[in-house]
Amino acid sequence: MNKSIFLSVIFHIIIISLTAISFPYMIKKPIDLPPIISIELIQISDITNIPYAPKAKKILEKIKKKEKERIVSEQAPPKMVKKEKPDAIPLPKDVKKKKKIKTKKQNPKKIESEIKQVSEFEKKELFDPDQIAALIDKSKVETAETMRKSDKLTQSQDKNFIASGLTLSEEDALKAQIFGCWSIPLGLPYNENLLVRIKLKLKTDGTVIKSEILDHVRMNTPGQGFYKVLAESALRAIRLCQPLRVPTTGYDRWKNLQLNFDANEMLKG
Amino acid sequence: MKNVLFLIFLLVVFFTKNSFALIEIDITRGNLNPLPVAVSPLYVESKSSEALKELEVGSEIAKIIETNLLRSGLFNPLEKDSFVQKPDIAHLKPRFEDWKLIKAQALITGKVNITNDKLRIEFRLWDILAAKEIMALAFTTVPDNWRRVAHIITDKIYKRLTGEEGYFDTRIIYVAEKGPKNQRIKKLAIMDQDGANTKYLTLGNELVLTPRFNPTNQMVTYMSYFRNLPRVYLLDIETGVQEVVGEFPGMTFAPRFSPDGKKIIMSFAKDGNSDIFTMNLETRVVEKITEHPAIDTSPSYSPDGKYICFNSDRSGYQQIYVMRSDGSNVKRITFGQGIYGTPVWSPRGDLIAFTKMYKSRFYIGVMRADGSGERLLTENYYQEAPSWSPNGRVLIFYRETKSGSQGEGFSATLWSIDLTGYNERLIETLTDASDPSWSSLLSN
Repeated sequence: MNKSIFLSVIFHIIIISLTAISFPYMIKKPIDLPPIISIELIQISDITNIPYAPKAKKILEKIKKKEKERIVSEQAPPKMVKKEKPDAIPLPKDVKKKKKIKTKKQNPKKIESEIKQVSEFEKKELFDPDQIAALIDKSKVETAETMRKSDKLTQSQDKNFIASGLTLSEEDALKAQIFGCWSIPLGLPYNENLLVRIKLKLKTDGTVIKSEILDHVRMNTPGQGFYKVLAESALRAIRLCQPLRVPTTGYDRWKNLQLNFDANEMLKG
Repeated sequence: MKNVLFLIFLLVVFFTKNSFALIEIDITRGNLNPLPVAVSPLYVESKSSEALKELEVGSEIAKIIETNLLRSGLFNPLEKDSFVQKPDIAHLKPRFEDWKLIKAQALITGKVNITNDKLRIEFRLWDILAAKEIMALAFTTVPDNWRRVAHIITDKIYKRLTGEEGYFDTRIIYVAEKGPKNQRIKKLAIMDQDGANTKYLTLGNELVLTPRFNPTNQMVTYMSYFRNLPRVYLLDIETGVQEVVGEFPGMTFAPRFSPDGKKIIMSFAKDGNSDIFTMNLETRVVEKITEHPAIDTSPSYSPDGKYICFNSDRSGYQQIYVMRSDGSNVKRITFGQGIYGTPVWSPRGDLIAFTKMYKSRFYIGVMRADGSGERLLTENYYQEAPSWSPNGRVLIFYRETKSGSQGEGFSATLWSIDLTGYNERLIETLTDASDPSWSSLLSN
C-alpha cells in the first residue's frame, strides 16, 4: 500500500515537473518589447493657437521686450524696425535674416562680435528647452498621461501579443508592404481554392533566406495549373518586397514567418 | 509500453512548442496593376537569308507581342530604350540584376532563323525576380506565317503568367460597311484579332448581318437576303460555298451555332410573331423551341449546351430569359429598368453579356446566368452586339456615332472592353465595321 502511494507520488512529481519544464508558457523568455510610441490626436486649432497659450504669451512678451532693448542698443536704422514683425513668433530663421542684413549695412569688423553676442544670446533664448516645452507644455503633460494609460493597455493586451507574435502595427506594416508588391493574376478561376501558404526564413534585416510553398504537391497536380501561377505570383511579391519590413527587435519571434496569400477575396469581390 | 507512452508524451509536448512559435500572416489583398514585362526584340541569326533580315521579322514579332500584351490591360511592356542587354546575349542568359533595375518582372527573348525555307522562331520567358527561365518553346512554320506565331507566343506567355487561356491567335468576323448611310454596302469581312490580314468573304451585292463562327471556325452563319427576304445562311470559309439554312416559309434571322457545332439556333418570324427554332445540320431536322405570341429572338446557348438565353417582349418590354435547351422551364432573369437585348453566354459559362437601352443611351453589360450581379461596362450614344473572346474576359462590340439628317458624321467602329470595364480599346478596321463575332482559339 505504502509502496504504491510512494510510486504514485513520485510519478506525479515527475509528470508535473516535466510539464512545467516543457510547457511553452513557463520557459518563454520575457520578450523585449519595442518602446511604444503613443500618438495623441489633437485638433488642428490646438496647434495654430499656440502663440495664445497662456505661458507662450508671457514668453513672447519677454522676447519682444528684449528685442526692443536690443534694437535700441544697436541703434538699428528705423527701416529695419519696420521690417521686423513684432507679432510673429521669433523663429531662428528670422534671427538669421536679421544677422545677414546687419552685416551688410554696418561695418563688418566692428560689429561682428556684437552680432555674435546677440545671436548667441538669442539662440539661448530661443532654444531654451524649457521655453519650447512651455509652448507645448500642456500637450506634453497630456501625452505623458496617455502614455501611461496606453502602457497599461498594452500590458493588458500582452496575451494577444504572445499569441500572434507580432503587434498589430508590425503586422499591418508588413501586410501593407506585401499588398503593394503582389500583382494578383487576374485570370484565376473564381470557384477554386486560391490560397497559397508560403513559409519564410528571414535574416535580421528582413531579407529572405528560404521560401517554401507548403502545398507543393498542388503545383503539379493536373487541373490545378492555376495554382502554379498563383504560387509564382506570391513568390514574386516576396522577392519584390525584399527586405521585408520586420520589427527591429525580437528576431527570434519572426525569423520564421508563414504568409498565407489568399486571392479569393480580391477576385470574388 | 510505459517507455513508449513516455516518448509519445515528450514528442507531443515538444511538437506543441514548435508549432506555437510560427507566426502566420494573411495576405488577402494585392494590386491589380499591369505586370511590367520587357519584350526584347527577337534576334535574327546571321546565317539566315538577307530577305529575312530586311523584313526585320525579329523586331516585328516583338512589336506584335508587345501590342497584344499591352492591349490585354494586364501587362505593361517597358520602353525598349531602357533595355540594357543585347537581344542575342539576353536570349542565352539574361543579367537578371540589370533587368530588375528597370523594374521588369518578366522578360521575353527569342531568336529567328530560316533553314530549308522553314521559319524557326524560338522564345524564352524569364522570371526576373526568381532569376530563372519559366518557359521555352520553338515553332517551325512557313515564313509567311510569322504574324500568327507572334500571336501564339503571346497566348503562351499570357497563359503562363495569368493562369487563363489567351485570345490572341483568333480572328474576328464582322460586317464591313461603306458608302452613304442610306445606301450602305455591307460585306462580310474577316481579320486577325489585332486588325491585320483583312479579307472580304462576300461581294456586297446583298445586305449581310450578324455573322457568327462555328466552334471549329470553319463555318460562318449569318443573315442575308434571299429573294428579298431575310434568311439565315451558312458559309464555308475554306471553300466559299454558301447555302440557305432550312426551308422556312418566312424570314429567319439572329442565327448562332450550338456549342457542339451540330445545330443552328435562330429566330423564325411569320405573321408578326417570331419564335426560336433549331436546325440540325446533319439530319436537317427542324425543331421549334419556344411557342409564344410574343417576339422571341437572339438565342444563345450556354457553353454546356443545356440552357438557352434569349430575349422576349412577353412581359411587355424586351427582357432576357433563360430556358432549358428543349424550351422548358422559361425564366425571366432581367428585372432592371430599361430594355435588354442581344444576350450572349460567356464561354466560361458564368456570365451573360447583353445590350441595355435606358433613357435613350446604350450600355454593354454583364450579369450572372441567374440575372444577379448586373454590371454595366460601357455607355454610349449607340452600341450593341457584344461577342466574347474565347477566354471569356474581353467583349467586342460595335458603336455608331450620331449623324446628321443626310447621314453626315456617321461612323461605325469596333471596340473591345474587358470585364473590369476600364480597358476599352478601339479596334482599327479598314472600313467602317459592325456586328463583330470573335472566333475560338485557332491553334486549339
